[in-house]
Amino acid sequence: MRFWHKVIAITWKDALSGMRTKEIIFSVLVFTLLVIVIFNFAFGTSQEMMELVAPGILWVTFAFAGVLSLNRSFIPEKEQDCLEGLMACPASREVIYVGKMLGSLLFMLIIEVIALLIFAFLFNLPVFSPQIITITVLTTIGFVAVGTLFSALAVNTKAREMVLPILFLPIVAPIIISAIKASELALSGEPWSGLSSWLQIIGAFDVIFLIVSFLIFAFVIEE
Amino acid sequence: MKRNILLWLSLALMVTALYLVFVYVPTEQTMGIVYKIFYLMVPMGWLSLLSFLIVFVGSILYLVKRESKWDILAHSSAEAGIIFTTLALLTGAIWAKPVWGVWWAWEPRLTSTLILWLLYLAYFMVRSLATEESRGATFAAVVGIVGFIDLPIIVLATTLWRGMHPEPIIFQGGLAPSMLVTLLISITAFTVLYFLLLIQRVSMKSDEAEVKRLKIMLS
Repeated sequence: MRFWHKVIAITWKDALSGMRTKEIIFSVLVFTLLVIVIFNFAFGTSQEMMELVAPGILWVTFAFAGVLSLNRSFIPEKEQDCLEGLMACPASREVIYVGKMLGSLLFMLIIEVIALLIFAFLFNLPVFSPQIITITVLTTIGFVAVGTLFSALAVNTKAREMVLPILFLPIVAPIIISAIKASELALSGEPWSGLSSWLQIIGAFDVIFLIVSFLIFAFVIEE
Repeated sequence: MKRNILLWLSLALMVTALYLVFVYVPTEQTMGIVYKIFYLMVPMGWLSLLSFLIVFVGSILYLVKRESKWDILAHSSAEAGIIFTTLALLTGAIWAKPVWGVWWAWEPRLTSTLILWLLYLAYFMVRSLATEESRGATFAAVVGIVGFIDLPIIVLATTLWRGMHPEPIIFQGGLAPSMLVTLLISITAFTVLYFLLLIQRVSMKSDEAEVKRLKIMLS
């Protein structure tokens, strides 16, 4: 019980600072909109073409937005020396991991809901189906599970913002592939059974990396 | 002494493998002479995985025991591994060109090898970009562990993603006995070479660390 109490305190701190500053959420949103618009230039505007490339655009956008927001998970902490404060707290490293992870998850889900709204509006696609929402939530859990670990690692290197994508993108490659394939099937009206093998891969990734990251997070931030 | 035995063993096996590949083994019917690169490609692919396994084991032991010898082992294995992975990609592309007509076909095994190569790159980058050396070792170990655990998922996803999959004929008896013997000798030759390189690199890195330690003591 004490564990979750502390976890929620950290998540709440992140949510609060995110809401108060607003600059991060706003810039990630503008970035997301820009990526979607630029892709539109690349692929033209015909409806058939859009149905073909939409899953790819969606997941490239989410992966990039993920890198941006995960970077912001630890960089402000480092800049203000808050990380030292956080580590001096009577909370274990695991608590810090889960708290930060849930904070990033919340943040990314908000971004994704708005991005999906933009998507539905601009491309005239039924993206608010239970299938797409399930895929998005599951894949985002995978993103933040490894993303939080690597974000904490990247912030302690010389080229902070550059290190995260180099680590993050190859590791999440299998769930990006799965998410794109599953979204493609979902958009073409495939039933749940058709998506199951992809959802299983994403689910397995989530479980494995939540456990692995939880176990090795302490090594990454120890001074 | 141990190294000398390995050196001569590797040389003898290598020459035998060359003889088997170019003289003994019959040329494959449909693919012709191009097929012979298969005997180089498979050992490279195998060693890119074996090296990463050693990186994984070394990384875990380093994080648990905090002894620099485990980091040296993992680092050395990664150095050999990235060379073998690069060669696996190159031989794969050379094989794909005449067989499929393109250098790169996003074939599942090639694709997973490419992601493996990118993981090796990440391993070296976090090490060199870390602010202190010991920190770099820890970070690299984290990448080594996470990357290795990710490998089966990568293979699964890329295989499911691309239906076209050359059947794993090697283990189903679809390969002629003479071809199997050649392949196994070739794999053994390169595996011995890998261990030779690994031992060589580990002892060199240990010496480097020792010299550094002595330098600090003197100054």
